[in-house]
Amino acid sequence: MCPQQPPSPQTVEHGFPNQPSALAFDPELRIMAIGTRSGAVKIYGAPGVEFTGLHRDAATVTLMHFLPGQGRLLTLLDDSSLHLWEITHHNGCAHLEEVLSFQPPSRPSFEGVSVPASLTRITVVLLVAADDMAALGTEGGSVFFLDVTTLTLLEGKTLSPDEVLRSVPDDYRCGKTLGPVESLQGHLMDPTKILIGYSRGLLVIWNHPARCVDHIFLGNQQLESLCWGRDGGTIISSHSDGSYAIWSVETDRSLTLQPTVATIPYGPFPCKAINKILWRNCESGGHFIIFSGGMPRASYGDRHCVSVLRAETLVTLDFTSRIIDFFTVHSTGLEDDFDNPRALAVLLEEELVVLDLKTPGWPALPAPYLAPLHSSAITCSAHVANVPAKLWARIVSAGEQQSPQPASSASSWPITGGRNLAQEPSQRGLLLTGHEDGTVRFWDASGVALRPLYKLSTAGLFQTDCEHMDSLGQAAEDDWPPFRKVGCFDPYSDDPRLGVQKVALCKYTAQMVVAGTAGQVLVLELSDMPVEQAVSVASVDLLQDREGFTWKGHERLSPRTGPLLWPAGFQPRVLVQCLPPAAVTAVTLHAEWSLVAFGTSHGFGLFDYRRKSPVLARCTLHPNDSLAMEGPLSRVKSLKKSLRQSFRRIRKSRVSGKKRAANANSKLQEANAQLAEQACPHDVEMTPVQRRIEPRSADDSLSGVVRCLYFADTFLRDAAHHGPTMWAGTNSGSVFAYALEVPASMAGSEKRPERAVEAVLGKEVQLMHRAPVVAIAVLDGRGRPLPEPYEASRDLAQAPDMQGGHAVLIASEEQFKVFTLPKVSAKTKFKLTAHEGCRVRKVALATFASVACEDYAETCLACLTNLGDVHVFSVPGLRPQVHYSCIRKEDISGIASCVFTRHGQGFYLISPSEFERFSLSARNITEPLCSLDIRWPRDATQTRVRESPKLSQANGTPSIILAPQSHDGSPDPAHSKSADTPELPEATLSPMSIDSATSADTTLDTTGDVTVEDVKDFLGSEESEKNLKNLAEDEPHACTILIK
Amino acid sequence: FGAEFRRFSLERSKPGKFEEFYGLLQHVHKIPNVDVLVGYADIHGDLLPINNDDNYHKAVSTANPLLRIFIQKKEEADYSAFGTDTLIKKKNVLTNVLRPDNHRKKPHIVISMPQDFRPVSSIIDVDILPETHRRVRLYKYGTEKPLGFYIRDGSSVRVTPHGLEKVPGIFISRLVPGGLAQSTGLLAVNDEVLEVNGIEVSGKSLDQVTDMMIANSRNLIITVRPANQRNNVVRNSRTSGSSGQSTDNSLLSCSQQIEPSFEPEDEDSEEDDIIIEDNGVPQQIPKAAPDAESLESLTQIELSFESEQNGFIPSNEVSLAPTASGTNTEFEAHAADQKLLEEDGTIITL
Repeated sequence: MCPQQPPSPQTVEHGFPNQPSALAFDPELRIMAIGTRSGAVKIYGAPGVEFTGLHRDAATVTLMHFLPGQGRLLTLLDDSSLHLWEITHHNGCAHLEEVLSFQPPSRPSFEGVSVPASLTRITVVLLVAADDMAALGTEGGSVFFLDVTTLTLLEGKTLSPDEVLRSVPDDYRCGKTLGPVESLQGHLMDPTKILIGYSRGLLVIWNHPARCVDHIFLGNQQLESLCWGRDGGTIISSHSDGSYAIWSVETDRSLTLQPTVATIPYGPFPCKAINKILWRNCESGGHFIIFSGGMPRASYGDRHCVSVLRAETLVTLDFTSRIIDFFTVHSTGLEDDFDNPRALAVLLEEELVVLDLKTPGWPALPAPYLAPLHSSAITCSAHVANVPAKLWARIVSAGEQQSPQPASSASSWPITGGRNLAQEPSQRGLLLTGHEDGTVRFWDASGVALRPLYKLSTAGLFQTDCEHMDSLGQAAEDDWPPFRKVGCFDPYSDDPRLGVQKVALCKYTAQMVVAGTAGQVLVLELSDMPVEQAVSVASVDLLQDREGFTWKGHERLSPRTGPLLWPAGFQPRVLVQCLPPAAVTAVTLHAEWSLVAFGTSHGFGLFDYRRKSPVLARCTLHPNDSLAMEGPLSRVKSLKKSLRQSFRRIRKSRVSGKKRAANANSKLQEANAQLAEQACPHDVEMTPVQRRIEPRSADDSLSGVVRCLYFADTFLRDAAHHGPTMWAGTNSGSVFAYALEVPASMAGSEKRPERAVEAVLGKEVQLMHRAPVVAIAVLDGRGRPLPEPYEASRDLAQAPDMQGGHAVLIASEEQFKVFTLPKVSAKTKFKLTAHEGCRVRKVALATFASVACEDYAETCLACLTNLGDVHVFSVPGLRPQVHYSCIRKEDISGIASCVFTRHGQGFYLISPSEFERFSLSARNITEPLCSLDIRWPRDATQTRVRESPKLSQANGTPSIILAPQSHDGSPDPAHSKSADTPELPEATLSPMSIDSATSADTTLDTTGDVTVEDVKDFLGSEESEKNLKNLAEDEPHACTILIK
Repeated sequence: FGAEFRRFSLERSKPGKFEEFYGLLQHVHKIPNVDVLVGYADIHGDLLPINNDDNYHKAVSTANPLLRIFIQKKEEADYSAFGTDTLIKKKNVLTNVLRPDNHRKKPHIVISMPQDFRPVSSIIDVDILPETHRRVRLYKYGTEKPLGFYIRDGSSVRVTPHGLEKVPGIFISRLVPGGLAQSTGLLAVNDEVLEVNGIEVSGKSLDQVTDMMIANSRNLIITVRPANQRNNVVRNSRTSGSSGQSTDNSLLSCSQQIEPSFEPEDEDSEEDDIIIEDNGVPQQIPKAAPDAESLESLTQIELSFESEQNGFIPSNEVSLAPTASGTNTEFEAHAADQKLLEEDGTIITL
């Protein structure tokens, strides 16, 4: 283990920020900021350029504005506080930090200085960059001015609505107020002018230095948004009735009564408000009008739409989630006469969509980051490290065929600010996520930006009941408005049985297995060409004619028959269906032997996918276990399903507009009634929480669930001959080990062998504590885990030591144990639950490379507990090395979603849409390292009230982006992320555990040579010295083991 | 003895001592040098032993008007004849010592033959624990009886450097009738759980403690602070028969108040997993190497076994209630350094 540990293992977040609430774009630095409802600010530039900041209060970020080119950002929270953020460079790497904040004074103090209006509710903010000044529009109709460098109010400059009303004709005034300030727009050329739009509809051009009204537009429709054209001659306003109006600014008059154009684009029926509108002119003639909302209230009022209008071309972009904000990427130079918008970026509740406005047809640009991981809910994930370059290229090309990349380089990703300083990743990591809709997505997890590579859908293989309904729904749609489906967020799964439960990929043969909720196990192979072929189907009865069991869960999926066309990519070869069709709980693939093993709550099976014949099926069900027959989609799931379906129906019926009446409503009521029934009765809360203390018994329910499966080439029968074995572990602490007869011709050769694979039960271990077996791994004579299939035969990994005695590591939820092989006898163990009171959730063997020495690496056991802590143990000594607090223990879905990599990193979901990456290894850290060119005279800004103490403390380690910030206690993202665990992240060796928990750890590297008697003698002599035994004696001992 | 009957009268109001009665019996039966077991039939017809003052008095008081007494030669005695309730049989000596409410009716030493004996529970480490605490070991293995108790969250008062403070604690909330925990009589509702197999539970959540207990359920050692402190053994009642280890332990105990002096690993033989080789015969997994455990902990366990068996060494000497034989009730008075200042109804210990 590496001694210097990062204080907080979290390094970077992947995916899409949960619950975004604000968007900003800096056209000069070409960086984009997204604010969230939890108070986080995330800044993105070119791929790999990322900064994160977190407000001290978890309040919603409502508005964000960049000071263009300065790397500074002003944020407004929903508690009306303003915060100024700066991107600063330490050691060449950029960070985002908060420098100033401003809380508007409360009402009484304002009255004292005779300011009639209050600053309690800020509605809009305009930054006047030239003066380092911000204009704040308020709900009361006043506009306040603020010095941005100090965040102090410029008193006496406040513009009250009364002042404006004086310039307004009497007949317009008629005693009514102007309402809140709805929009503040600056003039690009002339910074003295500010366009103010009031809710009532009045537009005012205000000359700030002269403090006078230049121009007044007497709008009468309730105002939603404004946009001021580049030349200052055109103003476009959008209104709550779904209309927009274009006003021309005539310099000779100071009062305009009517707009030049006023139209309701989706009229004539009542429309919803147009929330935001943009006007962009083009050099090639014409202009873009881009607005959100404005849909006909009755028929499409529930759609989330952005309309793009240019001349006669109108496209209604139909999104699947709520629109937060949007902006265009266009030229902003003062010398340009035209905006020439390049791209339109729309931030939605669940994803970011960028359209290329330069290419005809306005195609969507694939985003290199901010991928919506949750476009369908993630049901499982797996990480493949060190992906061979050949496989990588094939997956990338398969992905490119799925979604054609933009041809011209001109229309590439428009947000390109900053430079990524991180080194090219030393190896390629692939993250696979299985989803509820039956898809498996492949992500490039090598670097900071999690990039989608390829999407595999398994739904096409099955007949699902919802399909014909879908096609009907599509056909019923009208031609107008010209809807265009954009974005990939689609949380509605038609058939929950399609859900992917387990994924395994062999990176050398490009074969993979995908197992799902209805007991389906699919073996797929990567092919570069589209193929039309039938998939062979087999079913395996895992009950093995056990009497008295009736499956009460869902039916199995019915596969489509006949040849099907499969596009290039992973194509199914074999489908194995488990009976009963319970969700697959464990799966493993051995491509070298062409074997796939799978387990459900009833038993496990072994299938030879080359011969397409089952090898073995074994029932693990306990005779008294009735719960196992209920199926996973019991009450809760089916409620979820019925809710989902009813929502779907509502959507459909709204679309068709005709038969929306009784059906959907009654369904919804039904669902609500079911929900009400589900709610706990009140008297349950009255009884104090108590826990039953009882040992696990053999007839606990769900004891037969197969938790892990493992293939190994090891010694099972005798110490002289090794051979293929398969291991299975169950929920009740049973381990079954089978010796396999794999015909020699199979390994490697392509032709179908004559002989079948045979499996013979070799060993059966029942762990006395009966805790679920989480993982099984065989260690070779040197105590290292066996390499993956093909790794040794292709010289990609060191061949395992087949001379020394092998050992099997069995990790249960409560303890880790190493047993010798072939004679199974306990060698070392660590009782985690008995000592720490926590239970094992995930374990993985990971290689930890040394920071100091290039070649040195150790294999350790990383373990995530139900308390969210990560413990690392030596292998096979099972000594605790280090432990971190990683995930909040309340975050059950985060803990359940955790996946470890082979190199001491890991991922877990911090929200449905975001993976947090953490690193247990000091060597292997993936975190954003980037810089920005900021043209901003830093000397001029020494008026900052508070200097961050971080500058002086930044140490020389490469992990300075997030990690050191936790040292100085300054408000920073990394620290506050783990704020739920108030104690510093622990990296402690537990003396107690070392002392008592590991037993025969002393024979680590000499296991092969030492006979049992020797060990006994050794321990016997040690025993007599026990009175002297203490930690001081024990620790050097541990060190010698580590150094070896 | 065959079937020989003697009938004699006794002053009901002044029964005297058991020793005298025993002497009288020997005299009446003219067997002055034979060790015998004395039993009587109570009102329910159960055969109960008479071997100390208390049950002698009880027997006399229940005579209606005749007290039928059975005398057996010790060597031939059928211990299992005593009592009808199997629960009573399984109780060990200390149960009776510590629960005066039930020891009156029950025999003090002999319950069953040593070869029939299987430990069900024991109090251990009495000499190193504060008097207000009790370390109870429950032997789950080999019995079909459930452990049968529940725990809950609660708060207890501790003495800290800042004065009395309320701290969260874990308490026994329920005992299942007929369960192991209830049948031992060593645990009671509202007892505060302080340690589980030597690991302090303070700062751990209810779920964590639950997991720890279940993980150790085959050999569960719970240190509790009984809610009812009146049954605590009184210190300084040290009797003879102490072995060398007790001094060792006392030396250790001063420094190891918090550190448990036993190790959970020591019961590995019970924890052995079952392995079925291909021949299909289940066997216990042999241990490659004995666990490294401290000498001190080994002897500790031996002691606790010994002590239980001590109780069955046939002897005429019947000790009085608070001074049971064996090492379990040996006490070292070491009041110093006690971390917890315990308060109870009758005794305040510092």
